[in-house]
Amino acid sequence: MSVHAPAHAAVAHETAHAGSFWRSHVFSVDHKTIGKQYLGIGIGMALVGGLLAYLIRWQLAWPGTPVPGFGWVPEPMFYEGIVPETSYNAFVTMHGTIMVFFVAMPILLGAFGNFLLPIMVGAPDMAFPRLNMMSVWTLGLASLVMLSSFFVENGPASAGWTGYAPLSADATYTADVYWGLNLWIIALMLEFASFLMGGVNFLTTAINMRAPGMTLWRMPLLVWMQLVAAVLFMLSVGPLVAAALMLLGDRTLGTAFFLPERGGDALLWQHLFWFFGHPEVYVILLPGFGIVMEIMPVFARKPFFGYRTVVWATIAAGALSFVVWAHHMFVSGIDPRLANPFSVTTILISVPFSVMVGCMLLTLVGGSIELATPMLFALGTLGTFLIGGVTGIYLGAAALDMYMHDTYFVVAHFHYTLFPSVILGGLAGLYFWFPKMFGRTLNEPLGKLHFWLTFFSFNAVFIPLFFVGLAGHMRRLYDPTQYDLLEPLMDTFPFVSHAFVTKAAIVLIVSQVLLLVNVVWSLLAGEHAADNPWKANTLEWATSSPPPHGNFATLPNVYRDPYEYTPPGSKDDWLPQTAPAAGAAR
Amino acid sequence: MSAAAASEPLRSGVEGGEFARMPLGRAGMWWFLASEVMVFGTLIATYSLNRVAAGGWDAERAHVNARIAAFNTFVLLTSSLTVVLSLQAAHEGLRARARRFLLLTVLLGCVFLGMKSLEYGTEIAHGYTPASGPFWSYYYLMTGLHGLHVLGGIVANVLLWIGLGRPGAERLEPRIEFLGLYWHFVDVVWIFLFPLLYLS
Amino acid sequence: MLSWLPENISTYGRDIDGLFALIVWVTTPWFLLMQGIILWSVLFNRRRVGRRAWYLRGDTWGQLAWILVPTAIILGLDFLIDARSALVWAHIKQRVPAGATEVRVTAKQFNWEFLYPGPDGRFGTDDDLTLDNELHVPVGQNVVFTLQSKDVIHSFFIPNVRLKQDVLPGRSIRGWFNAEKTGRYEIACAELCGISHYTMRAFLVVHTADEYRDWIEEKWPQAASAAAEPGTPTATELS
Repeated sequence: MSVHAPAHAAVAHETAHAGSFWRSHVFSVDHKTIGKQYLGIGIGMALVGGLLAYLIRWQLAWPGTPVPGFGWVPEPMFYEGIVPETSYNAFVTMHGTIMVFFVAMPILLGAFGNFLLPIMVGAPDMAFPRLNMMSVWTLGLASLVMLSSFFVENGPASAGWTGYAPLSADATYTADVYWGLNLWIIALMLEFASFLMGGVNFLTTAINMRAPGMTLWRMPLLVWMQLVAAVLFMLSVGPLVAAALMLLGDRTLGTAFFLPERGGDALLWQHLFWFFGHPEVYVILLPGFGIVMEIMPVFARKPFFGYRTVVWATIAAGALSFVVWAHHMFVSGIDPRLANPFSVTTILISVPFSVMVGCMLLTLVGGSIELATPMLFALGTLGTFLIGGVTGIYLGAAALDMYMHDTYFVVAHFHYTLFPSVILGGLAGLYFWFPKMFGRTLNEPLGKLHFWLTFFSFNAVFIPLFFVGLAGHMRRLYDPTQYDLLEPLMDTFPFVSHAFVTKAAIVLIVSQVLLLVNVVWSLLAGEHAADNPWKANTLEWATSSPPPHGNFATLPNVYRDPYEYTPPGSKDDWLPQTAPAAGAAR
Repeated sequence: MSAAAASEPLRSGVEGGEFARMPLGRAGMWWFLASEVMVFGTLIATYSLNRVAAGGWDAERAHVNARIAAFNTFVLLTSSLTVVLSLQAAHEGLRARARRFLLLTVLLGCVFLGMKSLEYGTEIAHGYTPASGPFWSYYYLMTGLHGLHVLGGIVANVLLWIGLGRPGAERLEPRIEFLGLYWHFVDVVWIFLFPLLYLS
Repeated sequence: MLSWLPENISTYGRDIDGLFALIVWVTTPWFLLMQGIILWSVLFNRRRVGRRAWYLRGDTWGQLAWILVPTAIILGLDFLIDARSALVWAHIKQRVPAGATEVRVTAKQFNWEFLYPGPDGRFGTDDDLTLDNELHVPVGQNVVFTLQSKDVIHSFFIPNVRLKQDVLPGRSIRGWFNAEKTGRYEIACAELCGISHYTMRAFLVVHTADEYRDWIEEKWPQAASAAAEPGTPTATELS
């Protein structure tokens, strides 16, 4: 795929296939369609992940009672609606796995990365369109394999999304879950392959296919974030691929990687997993931040504060992310002295993120802020992420982590980093780019209602869980009432209780119906969208909504960086990247 | 950035866009290889650390067949040479010659895999399977994964060989270089595996 | 905030709680400041006719100082927090003091086994005794434990002592604590170890000196007449 067809040929390509539903919607090589396919997978899997959260929360609040709506599920997954202990661990495992690998990455990288990156740099498509199609099909296959694991004998994987060996390395340790965990490993490897293909495309396209005038320092921040995320993923997933193969070997071929009784090492899995795991959380976070960084200047009518500084900070954070992994392992049995260097690197990595947050804050200060739905979600992302960031400091102090590790404090912390970037950030992006992607306008009042319900119910679920964790509540417990220590956390206090949290979680899940209604209604009967409803500067707004095959009718020329809002001496409060300069180009 | 550019049809990086530094396929292949380095690098590092901690695994390693492996090293190195010769022929416009060297590369790759199967067969017959302990676990995983990569390269090269013999072959010629890069990488991995697994 | 933590009964638990309080005091003002800036902007920088946004690019050192100076301060405070943490961590994890009481803890799917050396103070002798799910210790004494797992990774967690240490198969891990208050406290497994992970509940029973002597007499009646002091120090100082 060394030669890419020029866009006029691409336009001809479009008309040639205009009548073929299959070629243009299913077997499409157009990055925009592929991006929407990723979005579909991500949203579909989010429904599964949310459903699993509902099951987990119900069991925690009212252990041993039937879950409403699940009385029909046959044994042994449910017993007349009641979640048995075997299923609980499986639900916890699959919730985490699906959310991280089949929701976060497909939505933030697969959907927004694919749809936006080529347009934002002025390219007609990705560098390797057929590889792109293969990547989304591979993810589709991976999703099917992952979902199929629910239906095999003894159920799906139940060793946590972190899949620690030796628990995961021998089926007898997980009550004979054999194919469930094998399929889990295979599905993950297919997912890795999908995003490796995507990463190759992102990097090659952004580096080699930029339009005239689109220097690296004129690329939108979202593109920078996607690129750093792609590099992080490509360099960090290798160890986990190796570990996954080793785990499959231990489970099926009798190899001796992780099982001490065969000569293996009980800690090896954790090192390999977290070497990947920590960069992975930035693979997820950075594109989420990138969305926020695109939205804030548009709705504050201000340049993004410290564009180049943020780019350098992102690169620094990416580099540092490879040397912090053992802060997930302070009490794991590693030499205690290792806690010190990893604590130092963990403190250092807070520096670039402080810089990024500071720049986002200063992008708001002095702005002319309009609280449209995308901006509400962007602000919500920043505000809630701050809680996640600050609580990370508690966990990074090894001596305190000794107490907090594997409690609900950790659960609350990572939901306060993941949910903001994936869900609030993803929703910000959806509300912002929906007109561009689908050519229709979403209903604004419904969007605002969706935001407030989501925002409040999310905080209602997870703020109490910090205190639940402080009280010593361990993770992954099927029945907290086994412990006198935890009994008061069931339903005694008004907010810090499993009962309250579960009710809030149900509100959170149900509120998402508003999004589905809005999206479906808009697609069917919504107002047609203008090319540039938000009066934004980046290249995607300089073409039609949705853009044609090849993205642009004529080659765009780029004259300036993306955030020239309210430039001095100008009547308008925006100046697109493609507008020729009145005077000298910057 | 001239006004004339605005009315020209869109161009890709490969056709000389302002920021194109290299053919897209070459750039893409390098990124892919970077991720592969991490996979094999992990296995090599983990194997090495475990071997040192376990005291060397000398007794187990006495049972690998260094002679077959040495022969295989020679085979693979030669196949990297034939890839280079194929590329050189393509640059000189000698497509038939380029295809011949490509075929030779494929054949050498098949010899490698054939000898590898022989090796595995003998070892398994003697009772050395992946379940025979940590050393054998690493041995089979590392050489097995490498072998799968050789197989993948063979398949890709066969498809390229076929395509180069049909109309539209000019479009495919640059791929000789990209697949060649991949093939060299697979060779380099073997250069690491050979001493680590077979030589003391 | 601190009131949500369970009662602390251990010597080093106080240091951990103090570290928690320090982090609350250091991070909360910054957190409130940052949220305050968001709220302030939303309240006072709303779109209004006749008002233009500031054209602030943040590409001069003067402007960036607004970011970099606070970041430097945050970095300094972070190092202070972690210096304190490092001291506490070293005190707890990087040394094992002389132990008046030694016990071997074995975790398995799905319970805890506590092996006591008995009045002779040595493991591997006839008076060794294994109890399921009960850890008996004297108050105010260093207790040294050695952790091992029979199968998968578990985690030895005593919330009221603030102690947690993962238990690995194939390795022995030593640790210690010193309980300053008598009573009965729960021990839990804090690493997912299988389907009955949630049932791995044990009890730490901290006795007064008299109660402890009574307990030993009850468990080892043959040694009652010898009336030996509980255990002999056998733990060595790890550097």
